[in-house]
Amino acid sequence: MSSEPNGQELARAGRVSRLGALEYAPAPESAAIVSLADAYGLYIDGHFTDPERHESFSTLNPATAAPLTRVARASAADVDAAVEAARRAAPAWAALPGAERAKYLFRISRIIQERQRELAVLETLDNGKPIRETRDIDVPLAAGHFFYYAGWADKLAFAGFGSDPRPRGVVGQIIPWNFPLLMAAWKLAPALATGNTCVLKPAETTPLSALALADILEQAELPPGVVNIVTGDGATGADLVGHPGIDKVAFTGSTEVGRQIQRRLAARGLPLTLELGGKGANIVFDDAPLDEAIEGIIDGIFFNQGHVCCAGSRLLVHEGIADEVLRRLRRRVDQLRVGDPLDKNTDVGAINSAAQLARIEELVAAGEAEGATRYTSACPLPAAGYWFAPTVFTDVAPAHRIAREEIFGPVLSVMTFRTPEEAVAKANDTTYGLACGVWSEKGSRTLWVAQRLRAGVVWANAYNRFDPASPFGGVRESGFGREGGRHGLEAYLGV
Amino acid sequence: MSERLDVRKTYKLVIGGAFVRSESGRAYAVAGADGAFLANAARASRKDVRDAVRAAQAAQPAWAAHSALLRGQVLYRLAEMAEARAVELGDQVARAEGVDAGAARASVARGIDRLVWYAGWADKVGQVLGGANDVAGPFFNFSIPVPVGVVGVVAPADSSFEGLVDALVAPLVTGNAVVVLASEHRPVPAVLLGEMSATADLEAGLVNVLTGRLDELGPVLAAHEAVDGLDLTGATDPAALAALAAHSLTRVLHAGPPATPEGGLRRLRAFVDTTTVWHTVGA
Repeated sequence: MSSEPNGQELARAGRVSRLGALEYAPAPESAAIVSLADAYGLYIDGHFTDPERHESFSTLNPATAAPLTRVARASAADVDAAVEAARRAAPAWAALPGAERAKYLFRISRIIQERQRELAVLETLDNGKPIRETRDIDVPLAAGHFFYYAGWADKLAFAGFGSDPRPRGVVGQIIPWNFPLLMAAWKLAPALATGNTCVLKPAETTPLSALALADILEQAELPPGVVNIVTGDGATGADLVGHPGIDKVAFTGSTEVGRQIQRRLAARGLPLTLELGGKGANIVFDDAPLDEAIEGIIDGIFFNQGHVCCAGSRLLVHEGIADEVLRRLRRRVDQLRVGDPLDKNTDVGAINSAAQLARIEELVAAGEAEGATRYTSACPLPAAGYWFAPTVFTDVAPAHRIAREEIFGPVLSVMTFRTPEEAVAKANDTTYGLACGVWSEKGSRTLWVAQRLRAGVVWANAYNRFDPASPFGGVRESGFGREGGRHGLEAYLGV
Repeated sequence: MSERLDVRKTYKLVIGGAFVRSESGRAYAVAGADGAFLANAARASRKDVRDAVRAAQAAQPAWAAHSALLRGQVLYRLAEMAEARAVELGDQVARAEGVDAGAARASVARGIDRLVWYAGWADKVGQVLGGANDVAGPFFNFSIPVPVGVVGVVAPADSSFEGLVDALVAPLVTGNAVVVLASEHRPVPAVLLGEMSATADLEAGLVNVLTGRLDELGPVLAAHEAVDGLDLTGATDPAALAALAAHSLTRVLHAGPPATPEGGLRRLRAFVDTTTVWHTVGA
């Protein structure tokens, strides 16, 4: 039974205001910088082409549920054409001196920077994430990844993968909807730097920034066929994964689909990297810097509406400070501004799709049914579009679904611990292993915990930080292979 | 004057540091390359595989928590044990593989040298595969290789000692525990190496050696959820085993790289993950 006063009920009863949040006038970014065509084709062999079967689908603005434009649905024949284009382009691209490949990547990075405002608005329209995040994180990091890997292209012999590392050939890359442009950059930049050619499939609900990237590749005069972009749904992705002309597959998405891909490729022994789900724990010790920790917890779970594979979706807090942390956390949750993603003051944007919203609602209902106590922000939600107010569950047992399953939404599950050993055991009590946070002012304890966490990334007194130079990826059922840094080259080299 | 009747050894399984017959009570006759009877070996069951995985799972964290220097010294000790029994190993390799005594001795010597080579990697792997990352922000950011956990090894069918050393020792060096399915028809050197590991300060459960039928044991090992890495060098049906391993996202080495320095480094890389730590910098 829920004994906590629900924030929304309190707000309706007029007993609380926004708990001291300053009111802001709306400060919307103009969408006029983006001009969308009525329909988009597939980017194959250096130009946009109509799909073989002339099939298309709508992509929506999740903040309004209104269609933005139509994009092509690639058939098996279209995927085949894309792979063939990549195969034709592969020898010359691989033979190009690394310094020349580098210059293409530097160009791409620069053009992304020059078009950053347009890209940020486009991404926010198609994805629903706040403009503050696309402007400050997604787009600059995408440019940063191309710039970082550009510098590797002529230094591969010094990367520790042998004196003459070779590209794999043609790589098939499938990316998710939560960071569409950034994931495209994570996939394409290292693959191109190492001399591979690519067929990229963006997510069904967020294809537009990848198509804008195709335009940027043209602007950079990248040779035709070096990058091909095929839009579609899961069937298109399956056609790409199963194509015999592919030499390597890189996938970011759900653990379930990753499992299927690994099974499917098992017979061929094809090189594969998988970046899958997570159930990250943010561990807060009683000597943590609390102001920073509260911000880190908020950022860990509400950044990008919680649509983050490494989200800090479990909070493990030392029981001696649990009351204080929860009090401050609820106050901070109530201050989060949920709404128009194009408003520069917005903290939490729209849920990306109706399907994802249904998934979040289903798991939240399960949390309540299993006996956890729900606290949901009293913030008003827009009438149209897909929205879910920031939510914190307490009284969560380790066996609850909300403690075990990836929710991929703005929902935090809070548990407590007494000793560092217990914190580590609870953090590791998951089949995933993508990321964790540790909050403490005691460096020796932080490193002791970091050594014992089964996770690919550990943030100490921080959360959700990303950098082109820093390897990212999971252990256990969060997948294998790394993206970013020197480690990110390995996936694309025949080593 | 009658010829002395030889005392024949039954080669037992190595599970959790104990030398046991299969819980199934089964054994099979191992023939030499010439077809003549060589020895009896235990024929492990599915349950033996599960017991071995559980033993490996229990032993692995403490092994990984040791200093890299200590892991290197323990593996060097294993090389000392192998050197002391090199004549016996050479004899068994010769009979199993049907090569002459000189070739067998040379092969064993290469295997022992390879073991020493790996032992020396223990406290260098972190420097070579990890390092500091220059991120834009007030962080000290570093990456370290971490063991995947339990590695299942389908030992090479043909290279009963020399090839086995590569497959067995590479995952051990970086802090993994190992369950080896020995070459089905040439299992004796693998069991000997298992015996040596018990006297080389390798804690119980770190090296488990199973003998028996690969078609029976391989799928159980590959599909086991607690097996985090799988070396299919000696598998007769690697595609089927790799498909089973996909269920729990197991890291799979489809074919053994060559026994060169670069090949060895590839083996070391195959069964480590990378953990990257961001630590804030501030006064």
